[in-house]
Amino acid sequence: MSADLAAYVLGIGDDALVAAQRLGELYASSPEMEEDVALANIALDQLGAARLLLEYAAELTGDGDEDTLAFLRGPDGFRNHTLVELPNGDFAVTIAKLLFLAAWQRPLYARLAAFPDERLAGIAATAGLESAYHLDHAAQWTIRLGDGTAESHRRMQDAIDTLWPYARELFTLDPVAERIGVTPPRAEWDEMIGATLAEATLHVPAPADVPDLDGRAGRHTPHLGPLLDEMQSLHRAHPGARW
Amino acid sequence: MDGIDEPAREERFDALVAAEEKVEPADWMPEAYRKGLIRQIAQHAHSEIIGMQPEGSWITRAPSLERKAILLAKVQDEAGHGLYLYAAAETLGVSRDELVTHLLEKRQKYSSIFNYPTLSWADIGAIGWLVDGAAIVNQVPLCRCSYGPYARAMVRICKEESFHQRQGYELLHTLAHGTEAQHAMAQDALDRWWFPSLAMFGPPDADSTHSARSITWKIKRFPNDELRQRFVDMCVPQAAVLGLRIPDDALRWNPSRDAHDFTPPDYDELKRVISGDGPCNDERLAHRRAAHDDGAWVREAAAAYAAKKQKSATGVRV
Amino acid sequence: MSAEWPLWEVFVRPRRGLSHTHAGSLHAPDAAMALRNARDLYTRRQEGVSVWVVPSTAIVTSDDPAVTPAPDKPYRHPTHYRVPDGAPHL
Repeated sequence: MSADLAAYVLGIGDDALVAAQRLGELYASSPEMEEDVALANIALDQLGAARLLLEYAAELTGDGDEDTLAFLRGPDGFRNHTLVELPNGDFAVTIAKLLFLAAWQRPLYARLAAFPDERLAGIAATAGLESAYHLDHAAQWTIRLGDGTAESHRRMQDAIDTLWPYARELFTLDPVAERIGVTPPRAEWDEMIGATLAEATLHVPAPADVPDLDGRAGRHTPHLGPLLDEMQSLHRAHPGARW
Repeated sequence: MDGIDEPAREERFDALVAAEEKVEPADWMPEAYRKGLIRQIAQHAHSEIIGMQPEGSWITRAPSLERKAILLAKVQDEAGHGLYLYAAAETLGVSRDELVTHLLEKRQKYSSIFNYPTLSWADIGAIGWLVDGAAIVNQVPLCRCSYGPYARAMVRICKEESFHQRQGYELLHTLAHGTEAQHAMAQDALDRWWFPSLAMFGPPDADSTHSARSITWKIKRFPNDELRQRFVDMCVPQAAVLGLRIPDDALRWNPSRDAHDFTPPDYDELKRVISGDGPCNDERLAHRRAAHDDGAWVREAAAAYAAKKQKSATGVRV
Repeated sequence: MSAEWPLWEVFVRPRRGLSHTHAGSLHAPDAAMALRNARDLYTRRQEGVSVWVVPSTAIVTSDDPAVTPAPDKPYRHPTHYRVPDGAPHL
């Protein structure tokens, strides 16, 4: 149980960490300065959850800490879903990624808040409140872009279509999750996404083949390598140093 | 107000300022006061927004997750501070759009310091300690500035900024007491940021065009050179605790002045960098311009959506 | 079409039991986004439990000397009255 729990916690921690890393690239790049503040808030929330989860995963395995897990694993060792490692793209892609992720994290954290393991339940309770805000933010923007101008509608639909296959990976079979008794919140996700896209005058894409990727099993897109190279470069250049 | 003539208005304004009362947006004010404030507040706001870049580029490379969180929060604060300041400027009758256009068209300036590159992680420490330290020395007196909205924005900013300087100092202290390579990194950062930080206080008083009137109007409280001296005197003992050397052979305590003697920054360099010829001016503006241009379709979409919803809410049909 | 978002004034209630006070302003395309931006911008450090946003154009001001009451009614203030020694609870 403990090894499975550690692996599970690491997976959702990696989702949050890689999502935060991508959002961290966006400093001073938003369409309006108010949005810079909002995206930084979301990045900070994801990073905060990632730190708690990675620290817990390290404790469960008795090996290292949040920083050794973040900075000393290669792409094969990362367990995040590939959705979060995809490049930021334009603002529509950034928002669509956040929408898909938050619509998954929010109901998932809600379930985990009642999980028998108290430590995980506590982390999930806090992260759940934050992800409700992320979901709201992403949904508000999806609606405005979908139902805004012809150009924004086209860009938002493109982003949804492009990311759709990656979103499906959130619901592929995850043996670790199954063994500890967590089922992915498929119905909640479908309902939330369906309602948001409808209000945004966007259509739900047809079911797509899931690419032959499985982040939870360490099979990533080529985008994760460079992301980690950048994130880890300084830390790795000074082995054993304190910061 | 229609019945009051110009001299009477001016008298009332002068009395208000003399009595240390605040001038508020609806008050009559001399045109030069209004224009000078717009120039200063806009320059200050632009500095916050452009100032996100040199540090922001290290968010993705921060060497620990805690440092990453601290840096993200700090850069986010800078966006917030820029917004408070633009809002203060807007009370003087300009729109933020106009001010941003002035920045992008190089018709308004921002602090020269942000045109220097951040070459190593230690620069994040040096910026926090020196650049934010200098900013605080400059800004604390602005909390008592005669224009209410600017003074209030500065109170909020100073309150939030107290962590910025401390995190930088702590970061640098950790490096200075870390490995040999980390110590060297810290010293190199101090070597590069020292004089540009001294230049942040502006030209010497003798050459400062806006200073005298700003002081009469209580926008500014102290002359540039006095604040610069205060900053140097503050930094010397702090550098000693860090175990780092301030790169100035002429720096020494002068008991007759009760202050440190020091080498002034290169004011010609300051002039060049302010007027657009620093190492990173083009890069900084290009980044800002790209964000502005790439975001145009988003701003339009949100405005279009709001217009649609408003129509349907009030039942107006076109 | 001008895409400059309108200006909103932000009021924050710092704690239960206190009134909303003016905190500053911001730009947002509509009320829903203004509320969210206000939360991000003015309550990053738990400065409030409730936020109001009002379009800046909806504010009506009295900032005019003719409207400001003159200080000629001192009897409205309790300090105007001298209370004899020995009168408790006044």
